[in-house]
Amino acid sequence: MQLLKGIPWKYAGRKLLLAIPLVLGVVTLIFVLLELAPGDASTKFLNPDFPPEVKQMVIEKYGLDRPAWYRYFLMMKNLAVLDFGRSITAERPVWDLVADALPNTVILSFVTLIVSYPLGILLGTWQAIRQNKPDDTAISVGSLLFYSMPSFWFAMMLQLFISYYLSNWVSGQIEAGTLPGFMNVFDFDVSGMYSNDLLIAMSMDDPWTWGQILSDPLGAWNERFPWWLERNLSMLHHLILPGIAMGIASSAGAARYMRSSLLEVIRQDYIRTARAKGLPERVVILKHAMRNALLPIITLFGLSIPYLFSGSVLVEVVFAWPGMGRLIIDSIFAQDTPTIVACFFVSTLLVVTGNLISDISYAVVDPRIRYD
Amino acid sequence: MTAIEKHEKKPEPPKTYAGYVWPGLGHLLNGEIIHGLGMMSVTALCGLGLIIGMPTLGSRLFVQTGLSYHAVIALLGLPAVLAVLWFRAHRRAFPRELTEEEFNSNRNIFLRQIRRHRSGMLGFYGICLLLLAMLIAPLLAPFDPDLIDAGPATAAPGWWQHVAPMIGWSDESAVHGWLQYPLGTDERGRDVLSRLLFGARISLLIGFFAVSIAASIGTVVGATAGYLGGWVDRALMWVVDLLLAMPRLVLLLAVVGIIDLGGTKRLFLIIGVLGFTGWMGVSRIVRSQVLSLKQQDFIQAARALGYSRPRIVLQHLVPNAMAPVIVFCSLAIGGTMLAEAGLSFLGLGVQPPTSTWGVMVNEGRPTLRDAPWISLFPGLAIVAAVMCFNLLGDGLRDALDPKQRT
Repeated sequence: MQLLKGIPWKYAGRKLLLAIPLVLGVVTLIFVLLELAPGDASTKFLNPDFPPEVKQMVIEKYGLDRPAWYRYFLMMKNLAVLDFGRSITAERPVWDLVADALPNTVILSFVTLIVSYPLGILLGTWQAIRQNKPDDTAISVGSLLFYSMPSFWFAMMLQLFISYYLSNWVSGQIEAGTLPGFMNVFDFDVSGMYSNDLLIAMSMDDPWTWGQILSDPLGAWNERFPWWLERNLSMLHHLILPGIAMGIASSAGAARYMRSSLLEVIRQDYIRTARAKGLPERVVILKHAMRNALLPIITLFGLSIPYLFSGSVLVEVVFAWPGMGRLIIDSIFAQDTPTIVACFFVSTLLVVTGNLISDISYAVVDPRIRYD
Repeated sequence: MTAIEKHEKKPEPPKTYAGYVWPGLGHLLNGEIIHGLGMMSVTALCGLGLIIGMPTLGSRLFVQTGLSYHAVIALLGLPAVLAVLWFRAHRRAFPRELTEEEFNSNRNIFLRQIRRHRSGMLGFYGICLLLLAMLIAPLLAPFDPDLIDAGPATAAPGWWQHVAPMIGWSDESAVHGWLQYPLGTDERGRDVLSRLLFGARISLLIGFFAVSIAASIGTVVGATAGYLGGWVDRALMWVVDLLLAMPRLVLLLAVVGIIDLGGTKRLFLIIGVLGFTGWMGVSRIVRSQVLSLKQQDFIQAARALGYSRPRIVLQHLVPNAMAPVIVFCSLAIGGTMLAEAGLSFLGLGVQPPTSTWGVMVNEGRPTLRDAPWISLFPGLAIVAAVMCFNLLGDGLRDALDPKQRT
């Protein structure tokens, strides 16, 4: 409740209002870009060997021969009710595609964020406490290394070294009896979200219905829960390598930031006062320094959403993770205008929300910050 | 002379003439370890270029298409680099006497600061090595980078063929010599080392040019917005917000994926697009700098003297706002190289036969398990280059902007 009082409602409302022209601007920009390009979905996505009638059919079905201004206003009109139309390549409503892909990307990004930021904060704090000692230097070099690393290359190296070399070595050792059987946890499938067996089982399984759940909740739970558990465990297992590939850079960034932030705070007078009072160093760091040093990190947290989105594109391609990144790339290659516009719409919304959340949480945790 | 200046002016270390033998040795013997080792390794790379390149100079200079101008530039550049190195060694042996005014000039204060910054200098010499390797690539490369079947397809690095059986990694006996194909060959039998050396040129070219475009646009926009204020400021900052609201890589993908240009045009397209999507950070930095500088006395004085607006902005405001921009540029080159690598990795980068490090990483993907060296070494090169630029950027920040020092 105390925290809720700090929320700058007026500021948030104004920012949200300002976000509307921003989103419309992004959508317009993307539409103009797509119009400037030669060709359309009928030339990019259809096999050129198809008879011209097929091409004509696609053009007519999606109104690709209409003038650009007409399609623009049609798109804007549909956007007002958040309808993006049908994807040309997938022959499905765009929202269905987004609804399939977005949760996967959100899972990947959020699990990554939740693990990587505390890790980075921990490392940065450790570095700041032990400034200029060998371990500080070592972590600095390490974080700079991962900060400078292309995520896709790191993802490939993870596939190679962990799920191939290490996994083979471990399974060899298990066969030879030098390692216990439970050590065989490195056999990550290098692609996808679920293992193949599970995918086949899932495709054969009847989809659940609300009627079934409401009529017999306990039975449905008993029937569904093992399934649900197996599914999510499989997903977690598949999440580890992409998560590391994406998270290590944000960990490194957070560590670099945390170190400089904490060093800044430690120089302040109130820390000297706390030490002079004879407080133990642990209390000085955790209660007095850390609380203030964490403030800028909160901003970083919200601002890292666009980077995560960009980073997830490449990592999703390497690991064949069925998320937004792959959807965007596939639709760009096919010049599938409705899907591209929807993807940009969603990602812009995420970015704007991320910025807003970081602004608001900054004001909530730091009463000195006032937006007006 | 104040106390601080006295403290800064250290007694001159003893002179040595060892630098004349091997540039950098003089620095090393005087205790300047990073400068010494850095200059010595740059010299060593020059020497390596001479040793490897000179015996086969004829075939490197005269290729099928006539005189290879890459090789000519390398031949002309190598003595120039060596001349610079020896001049620095000479200056170490006979340091120039600075007058007090020169000693306290901004330029010399900055130079002293950055020279003392160890990790920054490490990055600097790393970049020097990279640029030199890029320059003399035609002399260093064992093969033509695009030569198909320069060796057997997916041959492991020569030294690895010898080391692998020794450490029990594989039981195949070595086919090639220790130094043959030092980084292996790819699926089409092209030499990875040669491709790496030549690919550096395009990667760095894209990085430098894209960042200069971004810095120019960002400076102009930021200075305009900051100086004029009012609705111009609001409109320009709205555009900045708009572009920042889109994930950069996705925007890049959209532009490069949709606009289909081939050949050299594609290179220009990528440079342009990377530049046009990278300027928003600079414009924010310059704007905030200009906003605070605008209130200071020297700008008021310039205005009172009746100077024109462009003159005030270009001659008085922008030069004073440049320090953080330089830092940003150094850090942004690394980021741009990463973005370019990402684009190339998705198959949207420069088109074959031109190749960059990102393209090379992508080429190794299908054979990652059987021939990891095709992707491994270009990736390591990206990491090393980006790390050097980041190190130099951190060093520049500490030297130019003592307030932000960490």
